[in-house]
Amino acid sequence: MAVRVRVPTPLRRFTAGVDEVSADGTSINAVIEDLERRHPGMRERLLDEKGDIRRFVNIYLNGDDIRFLDAINSKVKDGDDISIVPAIAGGR
Amino acid sequence: MATTSQSFPRLPADADAGARNSTAPVREIVPVARALSVLDLVGNTPLFEITRLTAGLIPAGVRIFAKLEGFNPGGSVKDRPARKMIEVGAAEGKLKPGKVIVDSTSGNTGIALAMLGAALGYPVELVMPSNVSRERKKIVGAYGARIHYSDPMEGSDGAIIMCRRLIEQNPARYFKPDQYNNEANALAHFETTGPEIWRQTRGQVTHFVAAIGTGGTVMGTGRFLKSKNSAVRVIAVEPDDAMHGLEGLKHMASSIVPGIYHEKELDDKIPVGTEEAYEMVYALGQTEGILVGQSSGAAMIAALKVAKSIREGTVVTVFGDFGDKYLSTNLWIGWQQWRRERLQQVTAR
Repeated sequence: MAVRVRVPTPLRRFTAGVDEVSADGTSINAVIEDLERRHPGMRERLLDEKGDIRRFVNIYLNGDDIRFLDAINSKVKDGDDISIVPAIAGGR
Repeated sequence: MATTSQSFPRLPADADAGARNSTAPVREIVPVARALSVLDLVGNTPLFEITRLTAGLIPAGVRIFAKLEGFNPGGSVKDRPARKMIEVGAAEGKLKPGKVIVDSTSGNTGIALAMLGAALGYPVELVMPSNVSRERKKIVGAYGARIHYSDPMEGSDGAIIMCRRLIEQNPARYFKPDQYNNEANALAHFETTGPEIWRQTRGQVTHFVAAIGTGGTVMGTGRFLKSKNSAVRVIAVEPDDAMHGLEGLKHMASSIVPGIYHEKELDDKIPVGTEEAYEMVYALGQTEGILVGQSSGAAMIAALKVAKSIREGTVVTVFGDFGDKYLSTNLWIGWQQWRRERLQQVTAR
């Protein structure tokens, strides 16, 4: 299952500056594990030590916040769009 | 802010307050203000001593105070630089009738500019990432400002770039305070925040701790305090990673560094994690009865670290705003599970 993942600026140091990458997996969790394999360092930024999505990270699956789906267990299918968006904007 | 200081009976949990009272508590009587404009209400915020949260955690000879900047009329510390930048812009002839005030801001500066623009009769346009909190967007709109939304994936740097483009299309139309590069930002704190802290602590301040967004607060206040006593330590607080959830703060190593930020003037810099700052927000609410935003939680974490590292001293930090603007944000995800016992873990780090 190949999905498209949009990467926010603060995480692009793990993707060599690329703002969109591919990943495989049948759930958000599996996609994150694949992202970690391809771009080490991503997982720790997205999930806490218990494996839950960090409070300041929003992940959208085809435009829907996964917190209102099945969180990291949300199922994904081939061609889905995933966006990782920091919960805040930084700056003042 | 017009305040009078009064004594109230303290609960047994704060019984050690008596010992501190012997070191001359600050009691200032400020006449009731009569203001012609909201501009006259900016500054002179209370200095609040954090005692309940720190009980048993910091040495007896150390006190921690926080400037409660939420008492400014626009609700944040940003009223100070916004007023000064407008004042200097008008004095230099860059801001005059017919001009539109424009800037990139993720919130508090936008609120301050929108409020002051309304009071002075200038239209205001703001560029902000679309993922800033709903409350902020509504407040800015309520003051009559127009919002341009930038891509949330690009963060505050995306808003800065979009704002530049907007001005390039019609440079004569706009006055851009440019909080990141306008020395009037730091000057506002040199002229107001610094002197207030010096006066409110009776010159006893030994450490100044402030979170960095533009760097204006830490630069201007730090400069003033060092001009009064070169031994005052000036310490900045920043997110511990580029990927963070501390609205208003900048991780300098991964950001466009503001022109007014000069790291060499700092004595130290303390990195703070988003989650520990969030938990400190809960702790401040439940122990001190002060509901603040996440940047204040980060500032308090750092102030506590400083306080625990010294034997004597007066640590002053800045609580940039109150927490009501963040009630719809991720700051409050999972707060119901938070228990006061967690405080020990948060402060043990």
